[in-house]
Amino acid sequence: MLSDAARAFLDDKAPVAQLRALRDAGRSHDAGLWAEMAGMGWAGILIAEDQGGVGMGHAAAGVLAHEMGKTLVASPFLSTAVIAATALGQVADARARSALGQIAAGDLTYAIALQEGRKFAADSAGVTATPDGNGFRLTGAKGFVVDGGAADRLLVLAQSDQGPTLFDLPCDRDGLSITGRAQIDARDAADLRFDAVPVSGDEVLGDAGQGLAILAPALRAGQAALAAEQLGLATGAMEMTVGYLKDRQQFGRPIGSFQALQHRAARLWCEIEVTSSAILNAGRALDETPDMAEVAVSLAKARATATATLAVQEGVQMHGGIGVTDDYDMGFYMKRARVSAEWLGDYGYHAQVIARAGGF
Amino acid sequence: MTETTELAEFRQDIRDWLAENCPPDLRDGNLEDDNVCWGGRDWVFQSDSQRDWLHRCAERGYTVPTWPRAYGGAGMDRAREKIFREEMDRINARLPLQSFGIWMLGPAVLAFGTEDQKQDLLPPIARGEVRWCQGYSEPGAGSDLASVQTRGEDRGDHWVVNGQKIWTSYANKADRIFALVRTDSDAPKHKGISFLLIDMDQPGVTTRPIQLISGKSPFCETFFDDAIVPKAQIIGEVNRGWDVAKHLLTHERESISGGLTGMGGVPSLGRYLKEELGEISDPVLRADVMRAEVDAMAIRLTLERYADQAEDGQGAGDASAMLKYVATEFNKRRQELLMTAGGAAALDWDGDTGGRPGDWLRSKANSIEGGTSEIMLGIISRRILGLPG
Repeated sequence: MLSDAARAFLDDKAPVAQLRALRDAGRSHDAGLWAEMAGMGWAGILIAEDQGGVGMGHAAAGVLAHEMGKTLVASPFLSTAVIAATALGQVADARARSALGQIAAGDLTYAIALQEGRKFAADSAGVTATPDGNGFRLTGAKGFVVDGGAADRLLVLAQSDQGPTLFDLPCDRDGLSITGRAQIDARDAADLRFDAVPVSGDEVLGDAGQGLAILAPALRAGQAALAAEQLGLATGAMEMTVGYLKDRQQFGRPIGSFQALQHRAARLWCEIEVTSSAILNAGRALDETPDMAEVAVSLAKARATATATLAVQEGVQMHGGIGVTDDYDMGFYMKRARVSAEWLGDYGYHAQVIARAGGF
Repeated sequence: MTETTELAEFRQDIRDWLAENCPPDLRDGNLEDDNVCWGGRDWVFQSDSQRDWLHRCAERGYTVPTWPRAYGGAGMDRAREKIFREEMDRINARLPLQSFGIWMLGPAVLAFGTEDQKQDLLPPIARGEVRWCQGYSEPGAGSDLASVQTRGEDRGDHWVVNGQKIWTSYANKADRIFALVRTDSDAPKHKGISFLLIDMDQPGVTTRPIQLISGKSPFCETFFDDAIVPKAQIIGEVNRGWDVAKHLLTHERESISGGLTGMGGVPSLGRYLKEELGEISDPVLRADVMRAEVDAMAIRLTLERYADQAEDGQGAGDASAMLKYVATEFNKRRQELLMTAGGAAALDWDGDTGGRPGDWLRSKANSIEGGTSEIMLGIISRRILGLPG
């Protein structure tokens, strides 16, 4: 099974201690780990075999993300292998195909420059793309660009005369300044400034004005995979907590023998079970009926956000004092849960997608 | 997913059969207890079509589609049963028959009964000829069900039963009761209980209905004063009735959760409120409804996932406690939202017919009956999470 193989690899190469070591070393990215993942085909999980990938689909991508979430694995998997690969796959012209091959080989990473304000919006296009010769110049700012510090290239949504347009450009372009963020989850994220950044017409992904249509399926794929990661995070936090309830002795017995804590743990397990149904459903919907997957994906992201938040809060509470120490790993789960709650749309964003689709 | 040709043909067959055989006046989606046939010796059909519908379905095994044909069922696997239910739902057909025989005793007999018992007991349930009720709880044995004190005294070829059961739904209308009876008072409490089948139509059995906060209810108290039970009327071995009971409790939890949330049957709360009352303008209520919508969808998917696993031969087992817990707690939340949305208009007591306040009040029992939420969480923490008892 894919999940067993992934688990064995990650337990060996990327336990939570690995994230801690990165943080303590002031790093947010481990290129060697990503190269090994790519070697196992993970970077090409959504890329067709004839383009160098393994083409296993969104449910499989969810399985990998779920396992990564359990030990908070820091990698450009979501940005590169899921979101960028899906966006490039929408276009699949010669340049996009070449990029897909490089992604699958682990030779190219991407970050998505979309968000502009405090909150996610799928159509943030406040960066302007002004015509300049055969190309454009980009001006404005993007924030919360996940994996933006170490990525090779960017997908940037900007407003051109033709409407929202997606640009695919390298991170070392003149006029582009990238400032790494010291984000609570110790993962790679950056703020971007575009000062009349020159881009050629060839660097438009797809056609000008078609940015939202290309980006939408990519964001859905990313949201579903991120939800799977959040479910993994919740599961990891719960397993750590249940283990602690069995070990920790107070009043002369394991604290897990107290009904107050048993019921908290059981309730959390129920929430995780219910959320896992939504995750499986989203992966299936993306693979089988991608045009109708919007509600399934938003359901997964909303539920997973709520469940991950609950899992880390309950996790800290049931651990007691040790749960709020930095020596213990639970804090890493709490911080990543908060970041993943915001990224690609929070609970309220996705609940509103569901309400709109439901006609109320 | 596209259906295999075989299943597509099956669907067409069912659709054709229903078109021809389901009486048009029973295609109103009415699944209220009072409007569905419960069968039994004393059943008075509410209409000719109700009688015809039962007989036509029973003839094809459609009252108990998954039971083996030999015992009155249609031998459907889950894929076919799902299609059958979908086609029934498509034309809003009422169920031809519902009963505790179908939901509870039948599955127990299939799992624990002898071949003779299967042949004796199951076909009359499938045909709606015998109506059963369940005798589990007692005034002193609720959550601690295994402490039942109703006693069966061994008199050679029969037992003499004395004691009291409570929450026996429709005991006043049932022909027979399956009951947990203590047949060995000296054994540890789980090891002295037998699963007995008792005739209600005898001088030693009397019933009294219970009025609930929601009004009239099917619940009764049932009293046994020297009731006679022949020795053959037992499922499983003497003093091993707890095994049967546990199996049935798992089953009950699954059917309560399935019944409440429906396999896709519950309409969107948000859409329902908008259609009934217009735009939800109160932002606080609107947010609550949105959260409820998110949870309802995920719970429905969970019930479907476990039903699919059951088809693969993997029962929910202890996880049925989770299904019961989440579905009943959710239904209470849903009913609270309906009352809030209804405002003053939802406050009229309409006698004993239920209505919105009746449904709201009745939902309060959901997380109590069939094992309380706290008992469910206890099962999960001990048996699934492995926390110390």
